[in-house]
Amino acid sequence: MPETTTDPTSGNGHPQPAEVVLEFKDVELGFDQHLVLRGVSFRLHHGETKVLFGVAGSGKSVLLKLALGLLKPDAGVITVLGQDINLMEEKDLFQLRRKIGMVFQESALFDSLTVEENVSFRLVEEHAPPDEIHQRVVEALRFVELEHTLQKFPAELSGGMRRRVAIARAIITQPEIILYDSPTGGLDPITSTTIVELLIKQRDVYRTSALMVTHRLQDGFTMATHCYDKEKGQMVPVKTSGTDTRTSFLILRDGKVIFDGSGRELATNTDEYIREYIS
Amino acid sequence: MAIISPDEAVKERVLAVQEYALLTGEAIANLFRRPRYVADMLMQADFIGVGSLPIVILTGLSIGAVLALQTSSTLQQFGVTSITGQLVSFSMIKEIGPVLTSLMLAGRAATGMASELGSMKVTEQIDAMRALGTDPIKKLITPRVVATVVMLFFLSIISDLMGLFGGFIVAVSLLGISTRQYWTSTYQQLQFADVFQGLIKPFFFGLIIATIGCYYGFSTKGGTQGVGRSTTQAMVAASVLILIVDFFITRLLIGIFGR
Repeated sequence: MPETTTDPTSGNGHPQPAEVVLEFKDVELGFDQHLVLRGVSFRLHHGETKVLFGVAGSGKSVLLKLALGLLKPDAGVITVLGQDINLMEEKDLFQLRRKIGMVFQESALFDSLTVEENVSFRLVEEHAPPDEIHQRVVEALRFVELEHTLQKFPAELSGGMRRRVAIARAIITQPEIILYDSPTGGLDPITSTTIVELLIKQRDVYRTSALMVTHRLQDGFTMATHCYDKEKGQMVPVKTSGTDTRTSFLILRDGKVIFDGSGRELATNTDEYIREYIS
Repeated sequence: MAIISPDEAVKERVLAVQEYALLTGEAIANLFRRPRYVADMLMQADFIGVGSLPIVILTGLSIGAVLALQTSSTLQQFGVTSITGQLVSFSMIKEIGPVLTSLMLAGRAATGMASELGSMKVTEQIDAMRALGTDPIKKLITPRVVATVVMLFFLSIISDLMGLFGGFIVAVSLLGISTRQYWTSTYQQLQFADVFQGLIKPFFFGLIIATIGCYYGFSTKGGTQGVGRSTTQAMVAASVLILIVDFFITRLLIGIFGR
């Protein structure tokens, strides 16, 4: 059973019990005798979006791969949806991964498959009926406003469009957790805003838990200060407290977590490195 | 380029053999597990089998014709050019047909697999497949292994037949041997052991081609340069392994059948 804890990020000042969907406990990982992660610990609660900041090479992407079980830690415990994934065999991990969506840094779309085949990949693997597959693919692509690209190949799309197709592929089965690896990396500011708006839409419409890796501060702050307005069909600034209470921040430095808290706590933090980082 | 100590170099090689053995074992074990990707197997069979037909026909014809030419000059010294067909058929069926076809396929299919899977590896498509809950060994490697083993078996038979036909053209047009004499000599002395030897080899060679190609593809590192390196290594490793394994299979079968 998934652990139930007090969720510090959930609403209006009154702590509410929230399920922990992802937990790292003293996780360490090294490559070629160089430690990339040094005792990383944090929790992601149900419905929470945690924005993970860090400079290049601080172990952000590695952390996401650990969360998916694509890499195994040298030490520590990783619990995903109540299961210790270090103890799981690869075949059991395949089942667990079907409940997790992942958007890779460079999209990682299958370049020999069309957009429709890419987005429907997981449904085809699950042997869903063809009519249902087509309908859900169109819905997922409509969510990212790309329903007209069904028969195109990834090479025919722009970088931003590829990223949106990757988001559609990740959300088509409505996973319980979504992991975003630099979803706006290498994109122009306007396209980046479009992508962040999609992430906010996904967070607010489907209440999916998410871990978002980025080195772009403005993306994280936009996530925290905006919410999706269904009526207007676009993101708008958060009115009540100024920040979204379900969005929190995690900062990695030299493989260690040096900050884990809300946007407000981040803004008032006095640590010299953090001040310099967010300035 | 960093200098690696001898013990590190040996450990790297042993690790590579270990990884290759595990990957091969997993690919074979997947034959008995669901899901089975039949459509992928057929697609690969089309690429590996049908796609390789022209090159296999051409090399088979050519080597058969050359064999007839080369052996005839020696046979003429003993006045037995009439057994040219027998020499061509023995050489083609027992040895040259399967080995040459396998080497051709190593050049075409093993390199194709290494570069395709290598590109997928460096662009994180393999990781994406795992992230989507699909076993890439089951989806990408097992269909290639099955398709290569099955298609190489049939391609070797086609190569043998083309070799015999190439030898026939030379024997009749240049050596003055009659059609009946040539074809009769090709099969008169053939025994079960000879045909068995020629038909069993493609199974081993097919396994080598597919697993080596896939292994190098899956272990690709370092972007497009790494893809190029994997492709070359796959070609070299598959060719060398085919020749080494061929020696041991031949020795084993000669030991069993006495010819």
